[in-house]
Amino acid sequence: MTQTHAEATLPFDDAIDAFDPVMGLEVHVELNTATKMFCGCPTEFGAEPNTQTCPVCLGLPGALPVVNAVAVESAIRIGLVLNCEIAQWCRFARKNYFYPDMPKNFQTSQYDEPIAFEGYLDVELDDGTVYRVEIERAHMEEDTGKSLHVGGSTGRIHGATHSLVDYNRAGIPLIEIVTKPLTGAGERAPEIARAYVATLRDLLKALDVSDVRMEQGSMRCDVNLSLMPKGTEVFGTRSETKNVNSLRSVERAVRYEVGRHAAVLSSGGTIVQETRHWHEDTGVTTSGRAKSDADDYRYFPEPDLVPVAPSRELVESLRATLPEPPAARRKRLQGEWGFADLEMRDVVNAGLVDLVEETVAAGASPAGARKWWSGEVARRANAEGVDVPTYAAGLGVGAASVVELEGLVTSGRLNDSMARQVWEGVLAGEGTPTQVADARGLELVQDTGALEAAVDAVIAANPDVADKIRDGKVAAAGALIGQVMKAMKGQADAGAARAIIMERLGQS
Amino acid sequence: MTTDLTRSTAADLADLLAQGSVSAREVTQAHLDRTAAVDGAVHSYLHVDADGALAQADEVDRRRAAGESLHAMAGVPIAVKDVMTTRGLPTTCGSKILQGWVPPYDATLVTRLREAGMPILGKTNMDEFAMGSSTEHSAYGPSHNPWDLSRIPGGSGGGSSSVVASFQAPLAIGTDTGGSIRQPAAVTGTVGTKPTYGGVSRYGLVALASSLDQAGPCTRTVLDAALLHEVIGGHDPLDSTSIDAPVPPVVEAARRADVAGMKIGIIRELTGDGFQAGVQARFDEAVQHLVDAGAEVVEVSCPSFSYALAAYYLILPSEASSNLAKFDAMRYGLRVAPDGIDAPSAEQVMAATRDAGFGDEVKRRIILGTYALSSGYYDAYYGSAQKVRRLIADDFAAAFETADVLVSPTAPTTAFRLGDKLDDPMAMYLNDIATIPANLAGIPGMSVPSGLATEDGLPAGFQILAPAMQDQRLYSVGAALEAKLTAAWGGPLLDRAPALEAMTAGTMKEA
Repeated sequence: MTQTHAEATLPFDDAIDAFDPVMGLEVHVELNTATKMFCGCPTEFGAEPNTQTCPVCLGLPGALPVVNAVAVESAIRIGLVLNCEIAQWCRFARKNYFYPDMPKNFQTSQYDEPIAFEGYLDVELDDGTVYRVEIERAHMEEDTGKSLHVGGSTGRIHGATHSLVDYNRAGIPLIEIVTKPLTGAGERAPEIARAYVATLRDLLKALDVSDVRMEQGSMRCDVNLSLMPKGTEVFGTRSETKNVNSLRSVERAVRYEVGRHAAVLSSGGTIVQETRHWHEDTGVTTSGRAKSDADDYRYFPEPDLVPVAPSRELVESLRATLPEPPAARRKRLQGEWGFADLEMRDVVNAGLVDLVEETVAAGASPAGARKWWSGEVARRANAEGVDVPTYAAGLGVGAASVVELEGLVTSGRLNDSMARQVWEGVLAGEGTPTQVADARGLELVQDTGALEAAVDAVIAANPDVADKIRDGKVAAAGALIGQVMKAMKGQADAGAARAIIMERLGQS
Repeated sequence: MTTDLTRSTAADLADLLAQGSVSAREVTQAHLDRTAAVDGAVHSYLHVDADGALAQADEVDRRRAAGESLHAMAGVPIAVKDVMTTRGLPTTCGSKILQGWVPPYDATLVTRLREAGMPILGKTNMDEFAMGSSTEHSAYGPSHNPWDLSRIPGGSGGGSSSVVASFQAPLAIGTDTGGSIRQPAAVTGTVGTKPTYGGVSRYGLVALASSLDQAGPCTRTVLDAALLHEVIGGHDPLDSTSIDAPVPPVVEAARRADVAGMKIGIIRELTGDGFQAGVQARFDEAVQHLVDAGAEVVEVSCPSFSYALAAYYLILPSEASSNLAKFDAMRYGLRVAPDGIDAPSAEQVMAATRDAGFGDEVKRRIILGTYALSSGYYDAYYGSAQKVRRLIADDFAAAFETADVLVSPTAPTTAFRLGDKLDDPMAMYLNDIATIPANLAGIPGMSVPSGLATEDGLPAGFQILAPAMQDQRLYSVGAALEAKLTAAWGGPLLDRAPALEAMTAGTMKEA
């Protein structure tokens, strides 16, 4: 029975004083292959229910699976970035259990012969500490369909009048990445869990093997947690919190479970081995189904599929396609660009690393690229609810636009405030920077005759200010420059105007 | 040339059709008429698709009249075991749980038959989900042996063997998981061929045991089997276990029928004790015929065969228990509400449906397989069985070092009486003792008629086994033996079977 009442928890710090947490993280990642794991059906997200199905992914009698070669390659690449061994020969297995969304009533998965095993991932925490997460295995499997329970108030099966099943998701390739038990994390366990999932997410995104959208379920994390009384070394009974779907929730779920376990153990109780559900809104977990070691999936090698035997040549050719690890890349680029830590963090957090790199490669200065992409454009993209690269691409604005804009400044055509106006025009869809500058008539006046005439007129109109400057109060020049700019509708070069004023008033 | 089209071989029908001497409609109609006359007695069919078959025949006739180039077998009708999915035509696997299910897709093999222009007459009876050696485990009643209606036509493909033996179809498709093509052929005096595992696509074959199942031809002659084998064989990208290589030259081998210089290995463990005297006698004579045709005989030993039956009856139920899990009353087929429960859960409906929808033999094997795979027993049962499987493959490999083909009687006895072994599963299982090793090793096998056992006047079968992907050797040996024996008998063995028309109620079943 589902238990929904709040359970006692011990404050986190007290819990950590008495117990050492042991974590195991299982991350499911939906691959972004064009077709499903064992058939040619498309994998597009959000299609009309049951429009992306065939006899194979519906598990109809007689239908047979065929392995998606692209999914195998993605699995191998994931294994490689996790520093895993890649199996020379492995098989799929059947995991036999009943699940209403699962058409065959067995899941084609991998059991004792995963494609990748024995790896690690170094995770950098906020203070720069590196924690090594050891990876037990990464294996291939297929996703299940989705149920929609209709007629009840909660959307859960309890109280529903009927259920609808959508098999579009059934058969989408999944990779399950399983860590070894993480020990010695102490009070940093929640932070490490979050940092691990975040690092993994960045890595998979860089690999371009998954959308890694936790909120859409294309990346989901199960948190296994147990506690050992301080000074002991025998693992306690664990709970498994399923489908935690944000980075923040991963951290909170670990923290909550530490407190809950500690409360049970401190009061002399015993932890029940079970799966638990995480509730984002209330920040608690509740009991799901009891899960014991007696769960018997009756695994056996899938007889409908031939073994997967990736050649060493294939593995090496895939290794050559691996991207630089995101953390190392960020470090390298920060050095190349000469950004301060805070500047770099802003660029990273705004998702601008690729765009800045591309813009610098196209000829812009790093500071210019950072300035133009993180200012007005980021504000507008944010208001539209999309990321900067998507927003810019939608406008047809790219690295070349920034290079062109910066060129207009360095060539002396625009000053900084004019460049800002031009950029606004570009973002408003008025054309390229040059087109916008032309259309708006923005150009620094290079004609010294016109500038000199303007200066003379302003000096003549402000004899008292001119006298102050003649007396050495050069700070007063600002007022005259402002008037010159005004007279020339902002298109004067402020530096040149100042030089002429100083010359006329004997201060140069 | 005989005037009764149903007595013609498929090869002859193909010639007549190509010459334009008969139309595909005439050939198809002749077989449908024969079915109307005799199937009430034999019960070979679960569904007859007269309209569909005639429409396909008309299409062939139209295309031939238009001068289109057609497949050599175009217009030759065929019956298909009800374990193969057929788009728009019921597929029940002989089970109540699939009663009324009409698949939305064709098995690859069925697609190939349609593309060749072979009209599909209907779906043949079978033991439920192909579990059995007598077709008595069909949920729709047993098929009967045309030689003696009180006897079994073999199993699980008793419908496919009897439909050919009773001249209702020149050709049929069977599936052979432990002998279900070869043993029915043996007891009905027909030819049954199990190609190399993976030689014919399993896509659309409702799986009994995936690693053992193999579809193949049920025919009256070796050449007909070869012609059908060529139509249905070959790589299928939808079946990852299908062999990616050309179909062996089986038609050429069947036409040449040459065994001169070939080494024939007699498997010591599959002769003598336990084999009916008349079956053994016909086998010995057949061997002598092959020697007369120029073959050399050697004896080989396969010591691990004594464990084959045990290994088979662990591997098969294990795979079957998983394959049959999809029949959960949720999406297709039967759904039964449990008695006395107001708002039953999904699990309760599933249990009630399975109880009502599965027969005893199926339930027995699901339970056995579930047990054999369960943790704590896996190594002792499934794991050990897989090791035995390896040993059996090794035995075959060693035997094929000294012989080109291996031979034995196909089944230990002639057809037993309906009901005789129904309450004794072990006795039933023992009937497949000679055929099972080939499935465990994935090698091809064939049964050809060796004559009638003197003690009961019923047909006996001669089994030929070849190394994987050397299917053509079966056809060389089978055709050579067939030629010798047909000459000795003065005509096909089936000519000696009783006339059936008198024994039938004459009711034709509709789909």
